[in-house]
Amino acid sequence: MLSIKNLHASIEGTPILRGINLEVKAGEVHAIMGPNGSGKSTLASVLAGREEYEVTEGEVSFKGKDLLDLAPEDRAREGVFLAFQYPVEIPGVSSTNFLRTAVNQVREYRGLESLDAVKFLTMMKEKMKLVEIDQKLLSRSLNEGFSGGEKKRNEIFQMAMLEPTLSILDETDSGLDIDALRIVSNGVNQLKSKDNATIVVTHYQRLLDYIVPDFVHVLYKGKIVKSGTKDLALELEEKGYDWIKEAVDSEATV
Amino acid sequence: MSKDNQILEEFTSKEYEHGWSVNFEADEAPIGLNEEIIKWISAKKEEPQWLLEWRLKAFKTWQNMTEPNWANVTYPKIDLQSLRYYSAPKQNNKPKSLDEVDPELLQIYERLGINLNEQKKLQGIAVDAVLDSVSVATTFKGTLSKLGIIFCSFSEAVKEHPELVKKYLGSVVPMTDNYYAALNSAVFSDGSFCYIPKGVRCPMELSTYFRINAANTGQFERTLIVAEDDSYVSYLEGCTAPQRDENQLHAAVVEIYASKNAEVKYSTVQNWFPGDKEGKGGIYNFVTKRGICAGDNSKISWTQVETGSAVTWKYPSCILKGDNSIGEFYSVAVTNNYQQADTGTKMIHIGKNTKSRIVSKGISAGKSQNSYRGQVQVMKRADNARNFSQCDSLLMGDKCGAHTFPYIDINNSTAKVEHEATTSKIGEDQLFYCNQRGISTEDAVALIVNGYAKEVLNQLPMEFAVEAQKLLALTLEGSVG
Repeated sequence: MLSIKNLHASIEGTPILRGINLEVKAGEVHAIMGPNGSGKSTLASVLAGREEYEVTEGEVSFKGKDLLDLAPEDRAREGVFLAFQYPVEIPGVSSTNFLRTAVNQVREYRGLESLDAVKFLTMMKEKMKLVEIDQKLLSRSLNEGFSGGEKKRNEIFQMAMLEPTLSILDETDSGLDIDALRIVSNGVNQLKSKDNATIVVTHYQRLLDYIVPDFVHVLYKGKIVKSGTKDLALELEEKGYDWIKEAVDSEATV
Repeated sequence: MSKDNQILEEFTSKEYEHGWSVNFEADEAPIGLNEEIIKWISAKKEEPQWLLEWRLKAFKTWQNMTEPNWANVTYPKIDLQSLRYYSAPKQNNKPKSLDEVDPELLQIYERLGINLNEQKKLQGIAVDAVLDSVSVATTFKGTLSKLGIIFCSFSEAVKEHPELVKKYLGSVVPMTDNYYAALNSAVFSDGSFCYIPKGVRCPMELSTYFRINAANTGQFERTLIVAEDDSYVSYLEGCTAPQRDENQLHAAVVEIYASKNAEVKYSTVQNWFPGDKEGKGGIYNFVTKRGICAGDNSKISWTQVETGSAVTWKYPSCILKGDNSIGEFYSVAVTNNYQQADTGTKMIHIGKNTKSRIVSKGISAGKSQNSYRGQVQVMKRADNARNFSQCDSLLMGDKCGAHTFPYIDINNSTAKVEHEATTSKIGEDQLFYCNQRGISTEDAVALIVNGYAKEVLNQLPMEFAVEAQKLLALTLEGSVG
């Protein structure tokens, strides 16, 4: 579904990603871990098409299409969803209104007819249960005055509404207490199917107790330096990143 | 230039929609401004002697005045002698009903999406359509007159209800008020008149659509709204003009008089031609709008959505004379390309326990300049006066300007006056967030801007709010690169 080959990206001339290779197949969950500043969030942003990052080398194909060639909105319409680490506030625009615009534009792109108010609200009611989100929250201005947990829940709710094929969760666990973490993870797990895939970007293994990955990759200095199964995450939890850093850095000096 | 600004610039450059004009035979005054012209207009309109005298007095006053220059706008000096002060579509006889109105005139309004045909109308809005200098048609007159409501063109009111016109004309905006108000008093040609008798709640929205068609013609309309004790009316005003290379002057006066317990809601969607992308042409919109809450517990509420005009100079104000009276001002002013707007309000607290609320939302794009200018004045006798002002500015791109000039003048220590102001930019983050959910940048801008202006748009009557939302999006939208 997603194939990343030798991806290099920089911001304002500073290289951040230095040759990422990653294959994600339908039905899989991949976790990307790594110390601060290793490029995890950059990878998520580049895949979603944030303009300030410049791709200097490499290619990314998504369902056979050249992803890097698509505008951010078309990537979304093709089925790429990014759950933001810091969801943005839009004053005066209710979540409901925002999502209805989004859902209908995505549907139009996919050749589906747009949903009328009744159908849309019915769909919303159904998806609301997934993340135990309150309707009151959805009639408020998007993310404005939401608590950290509410923002993240709203991200997963949007994911449920947009039915993406590839979901990228960028540090979705940050700022969540244990109950919120459970609710958010439950939502993600229920949305999982054999036809879609998930990339979970996280610092901590904690989230991976709930969203169990098929593969774990360690990102360091803009490269995937180690891959493994969920056991790798447990090992990292126990030993930290230093042993990996040391291994990589000593290799580099040799 | 950052990518962000580049994106914004690309779709803040769309053409004006109502730029067409129609050729029809017009009855015109000779070009120029002098006593003879004023007499000519007055004679043309078969006005009574007192009104002619009133005009001439205004003209004399005006001759001794100088054009104000304190507003934060720049434009070349207007040669008032090169303008025509009266232009009316030629109609053989005054139409008695819509069937007799020249179909070509009706078509002008149809093209604007305004249907003057009562049978086809479902929303229940009575319309007075003013083209250049005169009123073309007024709908639903019969229905309204059963309630004693008078809604007609100003000229007709002069003929049919001279005592009311004489009593209230100039009572809120005196002819000596300012340069353009004096000019308007001398040469005004038509406009709307609206009278709500005691205890009547007007069952439908009353609305006037102003359209400038002729070239080199100034439009000077006059609107007078009188609400007697315990009455209520909601009044709407819409404006468009053809696209022309030269600038055109629009200097209107609106007066509102609210008696005891009366409430008047006045909404404007102003979409005069703003000039082209290079700043050529466009309307100079120099308007005096003022209401007086003369009676106790009365309320006047102004809502305006200003998207057009090359230069706007306008401060809908409230004189809160009656005790417990309330004045409100809700405004969204959008400027794009080379537009300049200096707009705001004055709230003058005279009575006890008077309250005012100001919500101003400026949106600047392109190379435009957008200023809020507001005055809150609390007089000595105005115990417990309260004011809340909120002035927000939204910037799109980095070549435009937003300015706020609040004046506060308090002469009573019991007054409570609050002022809040914010300036923000449409951020790349917001646009990217919308994009990432599949929303095109163009729609994202519309969504964000409408969200920003929501508090004001909510004040508009439903069908007008929808129109205003579209207009806001259109004004800022353009080709996506």
